[in-house]
Amino acid sequence: MTILFTTDHEWLRIEGDVATIGVTDYAQSQLGDVVFVELPKVGRSLKKAEAAAVVESVKAASDVYAPISGDVLEVNEELAAEPALVNSDAAGKAWFFKLKIKDKSELDGLMDEAAYAKHTA
Amino acid sequence: MLASDESPLHHTPLHALHVARGGKMVPFAGYEMPVQYAAGVLREHQHTRSAAGLFDVSHMGQLALRPKSGKVEDAALALERLVPQDIVAVAPGRQRYAQFTNPDGGILDDLMVANFGDHLFLVVNAACKAEDEAHLRAHLSDVCMIDSLADRALIALQGPKAESALAKFCADVGGMKFMDTGPRKVAGFDCFVSRSGYTGEDGFEISVPAEHTEALVTALLENSDVLPIGLGARDSLRLEAGLCLYGHDIDTTTSPVEGALEWSVQKSRRTGGARAGGFPGTEAILAHFEKGAARRRVGLRPEGRAPVREGAVLFADSSSAQPIGKVTSGGFGPSLNAPVAMGYLPSSLATTGTQVFAEVRGQRLPLQVAPMPFVPNTYKR
Repeated sequence: MTILFTTDHEWLRIEGDVATIGVTDYAQSQLGDVVFVELPKVGRSLKKAEAAAVVESVKAASDVYAPISGDVLEVNEELAAEPALVNSDAAGKAWFFKLKIKDKSELDGLMDEAAYAKHTA
Repeated sequence: MLASDESPLHHTPLHALHVARGGKMVPFAGYEMPVQYAAGVLREHQHTRSAAGLFDVSHMGQLALRPKSGKVEDAALALERLVPQDIVAVAPGRQRYAQFTNPDGGILDDLMVANFGDHLFLVVNAACKAEDEAHLRAHLSDVCMIDSLADRALIALQGPKAESALAKFCADVGGMKFMDTGPRKVAGFDCFVSRSGYTGEDGFEISVPAEHTEALVTALLENSDVLPIGLGARDSLRLEAGLCLYGHDIDTTTSPVEGALEWSVQKSRRTGGARAGGFPGTEAILAHFEKGAARRRVGLRPEGRAPVREGAVLFADSSSAQPIGKVTSGGFGPSLNAPVAMGYLPSSLATTGTQVFAEVRGQRLPLQVAPMPFVPNTYKR
């Protein structure tokens, strides 16, 4: 299992050819209180950098981009019902969706935890 | 070439206090202001509705209109040249909501006008204060001295515990009713206190000499009922209260009638009244009163959970290509635990329960026209 990060403050947990995707704790601290999450439809084919989900705080809406290309295998219905999970457990219970990875080479451009820590320092 | 709009942001007298208390500072109307503190927008909103919130609104403009004759009626009559409100009828110790109108009947700014016995005291929006002052000087200088009270800060204390929190420093606030106002000693400082606000809650707005602001606010915040509140919660509170944000819900293109502010235009200034007309845009505004306006500001409740925000285009149904209006304010209402919005619709559709659709990220989301305020106000009348 590998954890990778994007410059847009998403995390990816890679297990075989499946990537679980969420937003980072840093992202949630910048967003503030999350009140709404919109998730992609299961089965949707996402291209890298495409707007895949939406996370809204009281003040503003932000897109969550697909960090890599792939088909949506599963979405977190619990998160849709309880958007505040993003604030309480961004790296855990508040995962957004799972992708079937299309092209593993797209992972090469992503950051590891140390590089991401430097990015947000 | 350097951008000319990179002028440094102004600081209010409470800037250091905001920073020390963890305020997340953002640019707003030329000032660096706290959008939230560590508690966050949701908790700040809920604390204001359940206890008391303290807001720094020192960026707003404070002005005195002093009649050269010494008679406040003369200042009131002069101000009636610029607003469609009855200012003469504002009794000493009372204040009234008003709008500066333009020749087309649009709104240049909205403001509070208080009668302080020998002069009028005005509070105007931060983004409009320079233009408002110039407007007053251009049209009222024959009758009034116009003083910009730039050496005063303005704070708001709002919520069910506001009265008890303020009573510790100002004995007679308990006797004040909604829209009562006037000079008061607060913690020994020479303040102007009004029972009013922008949250829908009972509460007070306190004008205080700039050099004493930090001392007063520090004293108020020693009370555990009182939390500092940022601009984020200020916006969600006023939206739930159905109150207009100038430049968004009303502007130079909306008349007071289109803005659903008829209640603020007294009969004496309407057709047949004692001092009918005589304000900029009289013809257009009185025509709207008599014949109705084509569009109207309404409250909107999205049927789903997704917030519908400012700028979302409104449609009559889920497929038509023809826009019928626009959302002017929208977000999440923490007290309702649901999204809320306001916007403009054709008057024929501006009735409670009418379903319309907003386009959000390529989807048509259903909303219902709903009465405002969304959350009942608790003014002490």
